[in-house]
Amino acid sequence: MTSIRIGSGAGYSGDRIDPAVELAEHGDIRYLGFECLAERTIALAQLARLTDPDAGYDPLLDARFRAVLPVCHRRGITVITNMGAANPAAAARRTREIARELGLSGLKIAYIAGDDVLARVRDDEFELMETGAPASSLGDRIISANAYLGMAPIIEALRAEADVIITGRVADPALFAAPIVHEFGWPTDDWRRMGQATVVGHLLECAGQITGGYFADPGYKDVAGLARLGYPLAEVDADGSAVITKVAGSGGCVTPATCSEQLLYEIHDPARYLTPDVIADFSQVRLEPDGPDRVRVVGAGGRARPERLKVSIGYRDGFIGEGQISYGGAGAVERGRLALDIVRERLALTGVACDEIRAELIGLNALFEGQADQYPPEVRARVAGRTASAQAAACIGNEIEALYTNGPAGGGGSQKSVREVIAVASTLLARSAVSPAVHCLEV
Amino acid sequence: MKVRELAHARTGDKGNISNISVIAFDAAGYARLHAQLTVERLARHFASLAPERVERYDLPTIRAFNFVLHGVLAGGVTRSLALDAHGKCLGSYMLELELPDDWAGSGCGR
Repeated sequence: MTSIRIGSGAGYSGDRIDPAVELAEHGDIRYLGFECLAERTIALAQLARLTDPDAGYDPLLDARFRAVLPVCHRRGITVITNMGAANPAAAARRTREIARELGLSGLKIAYIAGDDVLARVRDDEFELMETGAPASSLGDRIISANAYLGMAPIIEALRAEADVIITGRVADPALFAAPIVHEFGWPTDDWRRMGQATVVGHLLECAGQITGGYFADPGYKDVAGLARLGYPLAEVDADGSAVITKVAGSGGCVTPATCSEQLLYEIHDPARYLTPDVIADFSQVRLEPDGPDRVRVVGAGGRARPERLKVSIGYRDGFIGEGQISYGGAGAVERGRLALDIVRERLALTGVACDEIRAELIGLNALFEGQADQYPPEVRARVAGRTASAQAAACIGNEIEALYTNGPAGGGGSQKSVREVIAVASTLLARSAVSPAVHCLEV
Repeated sequence: MKVRELAHARTGDKGNISNISVIAFDAAGYARLHAQLTVERLARHFASLAPERVERYDLPTIRAFNFVLHGVLAGGVTRSLALDAHGKCLGSYMLELELPDDWAGSGCGR
């Protein structure tokens, strides 16, 4: 094997589906990864599973698999995804049903269990990385704890010749690094190679964010064809160097600039990017042009993997109530400020207990508080507050809405909402406490 | 001159920490940013967010910097009351930072 082609079909749960189909049809790829699991998403999925034991996997799994499984099956493309979220087993069963409905046969669907470590975190003392407090201080507010697994169980599923591999919480780059390590048979303690596989995974994991999505800034960084943005694929050579490119004729662009932005996306110390598989070093990476929409990536390194795995703990953290209303024309800012003052006073008068409150004028100070001083033609008054109960949270939006008949002149377009907050905290857990397991279903 | 004339940027978030990459369009821009886009200047620019700590990492091979701003996301995306809970807009605000014009280097611009 001299080179393999791996595509990235999604960079988040709600991502577009047609670019993934385009990659499968025209990308000449051997693997297609879908990264669909943000830090907060798995806690919300755990909440869904609490009410329905067959729920808790990605809400777009049905639509995504209906669109891509037929072409992937026809072309022999292996699909790797974390769409299992809080319930990989249910996701795999549902995928089997979809495959049957589509008339596909000879399909092996693997799912990876073992990232759920809730029992462990409840029983032992763990320190929260954010606050230093013990996890037990969250008490019965904890609803989930998921350890970040590495590429090992995905490689095991690839060795078992799975056609579809569904995981829960794994490190995002592992979805793409695992097939590289598997195909080239690299030892998983070859840290330089693990670093290079990880940089390729990191570059691919946000899909369109490296092909010109989230990049355009007219006049400074122009990107053509964003409405039909192509998603990326990597051609990885046996020496670990890789070219990031996309399907010819698709929208967007792949340049050293798009790749540089993605290289540093959600990274802290570039010389110490921690994953379950390696402490990767991106600090010496070079991004070299290699033809139109082709960028060669070389120079990643790595050091021995961390001893402990990161665990995301989801916990109930009260409610957020919110209301918004617009003011335009003469005196819009002054009327907007008056509206905010009225709502603050009403919440105090009626005894609505808010742990934290934010009152702002959208278009003036909502994004860069205290920085804007220009007066716009319209503002939108917004109040958001954190409360212990849903009832108290509802009062905030109600007070905004009541401004229609009780507030400043000319308010319009009021909206209100209440949502329960599932917050996320992190802790570290010994590897030995986590036992990933690969299970297979067949169609 | 604003950073925008010399570089582009992208923002990422992890918990209550924002990271903002600043990537120079060319070598001259990188040299100027290397000298002038100091942690202190940046902390002043983002003072309204009251960062607990600001770190700068230099990546000369791609002419880039990674700035890590601790404690600026109102608790992080899951519990922030902010309209932009990820802090996605902060990179664009970074590009508004005005650099001192006493720069002695040559050949700046895109």
